[in-house]
Amino acid sequence: MSANIQNRNSGSKQNSFVKHISRYWQLYLMIIIPVAYYLVFRYAPMFGNIIAFRKYHAGGSIFGDRFVGVKYFKQFIGDKTFWRAFRNTLILNIGYLVVRFPLTLIFALLINEIRNLHWKKFVQTVSYLPHFISVVIMCGMIKELVSTSGPINNMIAKLGGDKISFIAEAKWFPTIFISSGVWQSIGWGTILYLAAMSNINPSLYEAAAVDGAGHFKRVWHVTIPSILPTITTLLILDIGGLVGSGAAFEKVYLLYNPMIYETADIVSTYVFRMGIGGGNFSYATAVGLFEGLINLTLLTIANVASKKLTDSGLW
Amino acid sequence: MAVNTAGKTSIKVKENLGYKVFLVVNFFIMLFVVVVTLYPFLYLVSQSFTSEQAIIRGESGIIPKGFNIDTYKYVLKGEFLHYYKNTVVYTLIGTVLSLIFSSLLAYPMAKSEFKLNKVLTPFIIFTMYFGGTLISNYILVVGLHLKNTVPAFILPMMISTYYVILMKSFFQSIPKDLEEAGEIDGLSKFGVFMRIALPLSKPIMATMTLFYSVMYWNNWYQAFLYLNKKQWPVAYYLQTIIRGVGAKEGDGDATSVSANIKSCAMVLTVLPIICVYPIIQKYYVQGMMLGGVKE
Repeated sequence: MSANIQNRNSGSKQNSFVKHISRYWQLYLMIIIPVAYYLVFRYAPMFGNIIAFRKYHAGGSIFGDRFVGVKYFKQFIGDKTFWRAFRNTLILNIGYLVVRFPLTLIFALLINEIRNLHWKKFVQTVSYLPHFISVVIMCGMIKELVSTSGPINNMIAKLGGDKISFIAEAKWFPTIFISSGVWQSIGWGTILYLAAMSNINPSLYEAAAVDGAGHFKRVWHVTIPSILPTITTLLILDIGGLVGSGAAFEKVYLLYNPMIYETADIVSTYVFRMGIGGGNFSYATAVGLFEGLINLTLLTIANVASKKLTDSGLW
Repeated sequence: MAVNTAGKTSIKVKENLGYKVFLVVNFFIMLFVVVVTLYPFLYLVSQSFTSEQAIIRGESGIIPKGFNIDTYKYVLKGEFLHYYKNTVVYTLIGTVLSLIFSSLLAYPMAKSEFKLNKVLTPFIIFTMYFGGTLISNYILVVGLHLKNTVPAFILPMMISTYYVILMKSFFQSIPKDLEEAGEIDGLSKFGVFMRIALPLSKPIMATMTLFYSVMYWNNWYQAFLYLNKKQWPVAYYLQTIIRGVGAKEGDGDATSVSANIKSCAMVLTVLPIICVYPIIQKYYVQGMMLGGVKE
């Protein structure tokens, strides 16, 4: 009797599976090529990281030839150049976050206060422009602007100062990196804040006005609290990304030179020089993998924190 | 009571004055931001019209000295045009492929009744947070014998997980009744996707067309790793003339290119983007909002 019921149960399960397939087979068909794409171009390199533990020779299997354990990890742990790159990555990321984050928020609040809608749209459109510009062009612009005959040095000269070779002096690199980053991202960064602000119920402002709150008090007591979840989430996620150097690779690679490695060399550029430049594929992969794993750990912590504090996270 | 009212009005007047001052100050802050944002572009434009002699003398500013269009004539005659054409071709092919395969993936992901999503969604999203290193990606492309072929430029970035998530969010916002009505009228799942979902998705498709084409248009990195000189897109060509050296670091044949030529090439390369992005601003701002903070 009970066996009978079980049989019937599994039968209906199978039936519902067949039903599901016969209803949705076209959706399965749609995703075949994209899933194959992810297996080849996303998951194969992910497993290809295994060469951090294996000896690899150019032209050999992409998963390496033989197991060598943590040899390459031991090597880079004792490598001063790696630690310099790691330190620079942290300094540049933290500096960039500390400058960019509050400026973006303030910029969004100020845009939100513009009363003339045409002017508001114009400011927004202009501020999005740098987001679409290629790194190559941005770095080309930077080099033109800070060159010894460029406008910044001309201004310094007019004011009676000595011309500075910004691009060749290590101490100027963080400034160039951070200010160009802010220039490129500040407008685009306001989109989510402005979206959150446009979702605020106008009756909250009216209620505050009835209570006698002026414009600034309303911003402080209504706008800011309303967008606080957005602020918190964005901040936590930014903190989660502090160790990553992949996003900055192109900009640093295009701007730096051996004279300023001291402040400019980051983990991803170091990985690049060691691996593709120098042919030490396994060593470079070990460094990259180490950074990737720290990054993943930090992001996971940030995500948990974000979910606890704001109910929204990355996954 | 009367005192109270009087007090309130006087506060209000004071604050209105403060607010008016603020509005004026805010206007100038915004003007400053606009000028700082546009200045580098205007400077490039000015340099591209400046005469060679003025550039050599180091005279450059926001107003071109010795205005002429010789630089444009020179650049448009040279190899620049060849690389520009490459970029146009790569961008067209790449964007079409990206749109097709991203939407094919995003649409099933948007269907809550599609059971595979329990596995599929984490499978896709995980790649945003962890993946191959620079090196293992390079080894893969070389291992697939794609080096010196155009697919090496397009394939590694063909599907962007972030953009797939944005598309998925948009597809989820399409009213279910419309799709169900389509099925009742005899359309298959794929038919509903083609005949109902896609026609309703113009805003997100416009956004994705912009995002993907900007991605291909601007890319120099894949070209730098995998393509030979003939295949270079304009972004990588620009990078070599900006550096003022030969193909790769340490290649030797260092040639310095004068600033007016560099500027002219840069202006011509950003021009299409500047013309296109404001047109669909409404759509991509919406698209970004749909994706929320998930970047």
